[in-house]
Amino acid sequence: MIKNEMKLQIPSKSSNESFARIAVASFFSQLDPTVDEISDIKTAVSEAVTNSIVHGYANEIGTIFIHAKIIDDNKIYIRIRDKGCGIDDLDQAMEPMFTTCKTGERSGLGFTVMQSFMDRLRVISKKGKGTTVTLTKRLRKRI
Amino acid sequence: MSIKIELNDQTMIAYLNGEIDHHTATDIRTDIDIRVEGSHPNLLILDFTNVSFMDSSGIGLVMGRYKLMKDIGGNLKIVNPSPQIRKVMSLAGIDRLAIIEKSRPCKRSDYFDKK
Repeated sequence: MIKNEMKLQIPSKSSNESFARIAVASFFSQLDPTVDEISDIKTAVSEAVTNSIVHGYANEIGTIFIHAKIIDDNKIYIRIRDKGCGIDDLDQAMEPMFTTCKTGERSGLGFTVMQSFMDRLRVISKKGKGTTVTLTKRLRKRI
Repeated sequence: MSIKIELNDQTMIAYLNGEIDHHTATDIRTDIDIRVEGSHPNLLILDFTNVSFMDSSGIGLVMGRYKLMKDIGGNLKIVNPSPQIRKVMSLAGIDRLAIIEKSRPCKRSDYFDKK
């Protein structure tokens, strides 16, 4: 059952990376998460939003759609979606240290970080249509 | 994000301040590289004491500086990353590449007097 939700649309400007992760973390603050849980959420959101900016909308400014939900008492759901170029080879993109970025210093660890910091990561991508990243995590039950 | 860089003899310290993400990493990289390439220090210290957030863009930044220091025959040291930052770094195995110090040498003299 959805207890609460929040939707956010932002242009794919790198200056919005900080805003996006702080906005999502702030929304979940009503669950009284631990400092570590907040850090995990901020880091995972930052990775997904950065992927949309760097890869999804590599040569344009598009819209990033963020949907955050609280399910049950302590389960969180975050969906980050772009309508960018999509991912050519999803299995390859999920490999640690793999990056298509020839210039700059991308570590190729975005999906690895999301997987490690959240309970579940789901990625759906279609060439020319965009990419949807879904992150879920069950927060520690607070007494 | 701001950065202050100091050089004493052959040791360069970059005091990083704020959040490191894809947006801020480019400027930090440029600032450090200009100084390193200009003075070729033996040791580059990245001081994370005042870094409140880092995602995998910071991994690229650290690994790139590690490579730069190796290319000029020097070493890289990382000082005082937060638990969140250590967690991100450990995913990339940075703890196996560079020395990570937990200690908190927050004054300039703490670095230089020990030499």
